[in-house]
Amino acid sequence: MSLQDECRAAMHACWSCKGPVLAAELFCPTCKAIQPPGQVDHFARMGVDACYDLDGVKLDRRYFDLQRLLHPDRFAAGTPRERALSQQQAASLNDAYETLKDPLERADYLVHLLGAGVLPEGCDMINDPVILMEAMELREHLADADTPKEIDAIATETRRDMDDCVEELKTAFTDDDLKTACRLTTRLKYLTKLSDETRVRRSLVAPHS
Amino acid sequence: MEDLLIQIHEPGETPEPHEHDERLAVGIDLGTTNSVVAVSRKNAPEVLRDPDGKGLIPSVVAYAADGSAVVGGMAKQLLLSRPEGVVSSIKRLMGRGVEDVKGLKGTLPYDVDTADAADGGMVRLNVAGRRLTPVEISADILRALKERAEEMLDRDVDKAVVTVPAYFDDAARLATKDAAKLAGLEVLRLVNEPTAAALAYGLDKEVEGLYAVYDLGGGTFDISLLRMEKGVFQVLATGGDAALGGDDFDHALAEHFLAERARDLGETEISTAEAKQALMTARIAKENLTKRDHGEWVVEANGEQSLHKCDRATFEDLIRPFVRRTIVLCKGVISDAGVTNDEIHGIVLVGGSTRVPLVRTMVGEVFGRKPLADINPDEVVAVGAALQAEALTSGSDTLLLDVTPLSLGIETMGGLVEKIIPRNTPIPVAKAQEFTTFKDGQSAMAVHVLQGEREMVDQNRSLARFELHGIPSTTAGGARIRVTFQVDADGLLTVSAAEDTTGIEQEVEVKPSYGLSEDEMSKMLYDSLKYAKDDMTLRLLTEARVEARRVFNAVAAALEADRDLLNGNEQVEILRAMDKLDAAISGEDRDVINASVETLDVTTQTFAQRRMDRGINAALEGHSVDEFEGPERATCLTKDVTEEE
Repeated sequence: MSLQDECRAAMHACWSCKGPVLAAELFCPTCKAIQPPGQVDHFARMGVDACYDLDGVKLDRRYFDLQRLLHPDRFAAGTPRERALSQQQAASLNDAYETLKDPLERADYLVHLLGAGVLPEGCDMINDPVILMEAMELREHLADADTPKEIDAIATETRRDMDDCVEELKTAFTDDDLKTACRLTTRLKYLTKLSDETRVRRSLVAPHS
Repeated sequence: MEDLLIQIHEPGETPEPHEHDERLAVGIDLGTTNSVVAVSRKNAPEVLRDPDGKGLIPSVVAYAADGSAVVGGMAKQLLLSRPEGVVSSIKRLMGRGVEDVKGLKGTLPYDVDTADAADGGMVRLNVAGRRLTPVEISADILRALKERAEEMLDRDVDKAVVTVPAYFDDAARLATKDAAKLAGLEVLRLVNEPTAAALAYGLDKEVEGLYAVYDLGGGTFDISLLRMEKGVFQVLATGGDAALGGDDFDHALAEHFLAERARDLGETEISTAEAKQALMTARIAKENLTKRDHGEWVVEANGEQSLHKCDRATFEDLIRPFVRRTIVLCKGVISDAGVTNDEIHGIVLVGGSTRVPLVRTMVGEVFGRKPLADINPDEVVAVGAALQAEALTSGSDTLLLDVTPLSLGIETMGGLVEKIIPRNTPIPVAKAQEFTTFKDGQSAMAVHVLQGEREMVDQNRSLARFELHGIPSTTAGGARIRVTFQVDADGLLTVSAAEDTTGIEQEVEVKPSYGLSEDEMSKMLYDSLKYAKDDMTLRLLTEARVEARRVFNAVAAALEADRDLLNGNEQVEILRAMDKLDAAISGEDRDVINASVETLDVTTQTFAQRRMDRGINAALEGHSVDEFEGPERATCLTKDVTEEE
């Protein structure tokens, strides 16, 4: 591909004024028309660095700032095309925000982003006997718990394990230790699932308290 | 001609303030028991009241034999004398199917047409010799609200923000939007009632933090958790019950009275009309018991009157199960959002049923603080809707970020539901799901879309079914069909599908399980006398104007930036085409406008080509290609955002 072709590929004509627009630009620099969402990863879309240790407050702020520009309510008086584009933009933004906000989904996403081709089985591999054993034990534990107090204790413990897991993930990603990151992501998946089940069981044991 | 070039607008702003302000839109709270219409101008919302000062219009419609409808207080009075021709609480049936209503028969005062029960689809009522859908009946209420607004504002009103319970499913939202369309109202946005209430309290301006909105209306209960930050309303979680409300209090009390009659008089049956009257009495009793400790009421049926005493404690025992259910839902939402009680800064009470003292006490207990109830709970939602209507038409810094109230999924093997968009996902949202064939040579596939939280298909609400045809013949598992589910800012779902290996895009015809088909809708529109043909023509003209103005402004902006790419003649030619378009926009002929847009488009083609070339050359000269890709974009984006602040 020649340099000129590459430039051409990184650019498209604005649907409204037909002028040149860079691929990931939100609005046409000339006529200010909203553009379709570009093919960028979630971190780039949110305008934050692609790292695991994200500043949640900053992420929120970024999200609000961008929604303020892109949300369909801003285009209530616009043409059908503008409204459709704004909906696509806002949906892409929501997808990015939801993924990055959640520690588990963020880990999962980042592993795939960094390890594409390296670890094709991603984070769903159940090949770590230690994690598998832990998951089974925790599940048995929960099945045996009958009183709200016992279940609450498991919930607290799970919560703490999840927090620890997230801290370890931060280190693993900082150290570029993809293998450990994968293992921890798998563990976090189990813990999250357990936490959900704990909640369900808690509501069944004492629905009105 | 220079002055043609100055109209450049920021994205999202309406370009043309017309001589008569076309942008006015009202806010409508279409309630189960009462409806309210309000308007906001210059950020000052006001409820539109009748000459007697009444803001509430009872959501009751009385039909005469000739098909004419009376809405509001008058209809409510006819409820006693001609109950068979009067419909109330129709909101409870929005988006509901015959199956849904079967379970309610006997408890709800509707004469449901069961003739077509086998076809499923939207429920229909027999009223005064006619067969009506809830959409048509709601449209009559909306028409009355539109008329009141037009009378009070002394102008046409054809745009509105309409509120719905946050917990309304797709079918009920669609039904509400269809009803507005039938009434000649364009819905700018369906806003969730709790969000509207929070807007009315101005929580966006006052305080940052977490708020719970507890909305107990006549027929629906919503609990939403909202986070406010710098003008942004972010709904964190929402929950509720689309069939739980003050009506249930009335029913409980009416049943209590009827049980006393059964005990004392041995009465076993009463007519639908008598049931409606008993409910009316119960409603009055409930309202009295909100202010007083006890009272006496008379119920009449089968030609016999009976006197019923009731004190507040007895009433509270009767309704406690319902209030307790709202409390359980509150706790569920708090837990869904992953927050604790201490983090909640305040609770807003919405809906007439929150006047009941037991409700206030129990809500206060669960949240550990006294709820806010300064604004009339019956009017607060309409006030918020009016504020949002103004924000949408005149621009505003406030932003509402809503979520899906219920999970969306599809049916998989064994009658199980696979969730595709979980509840409390921010909207708009688009999620794609890949399907494949399970038989060799399979050319079609059925997809069943469901909404709800349960694991089994039959425990959730069926939204739609559709079939994908023309799948390329291959071995089992060979074809890849991507089905995309999109939920817009109103919470409405659309589905599209594409076959990935061949790239064949397919329009999916979704048959809504409880909605109206296109045919039914257009027939209703046609039948609706008030929806004159002129309205339609005017609407198309307005749309053509908006689009033409967009094209005009785009070319103007392009000229401003790249005028030097054109020689004198070329400039004159384009300016002439712009002049023509400008004149066409001021005219009344849609075809002329569209033709002028076309001409301008052709005239500017060379110009567009040169601009693209210039852009690419600039990129080649001044920058390396890397700048357009990868992490650099993050920097680009950051810059854009800061510039806007």
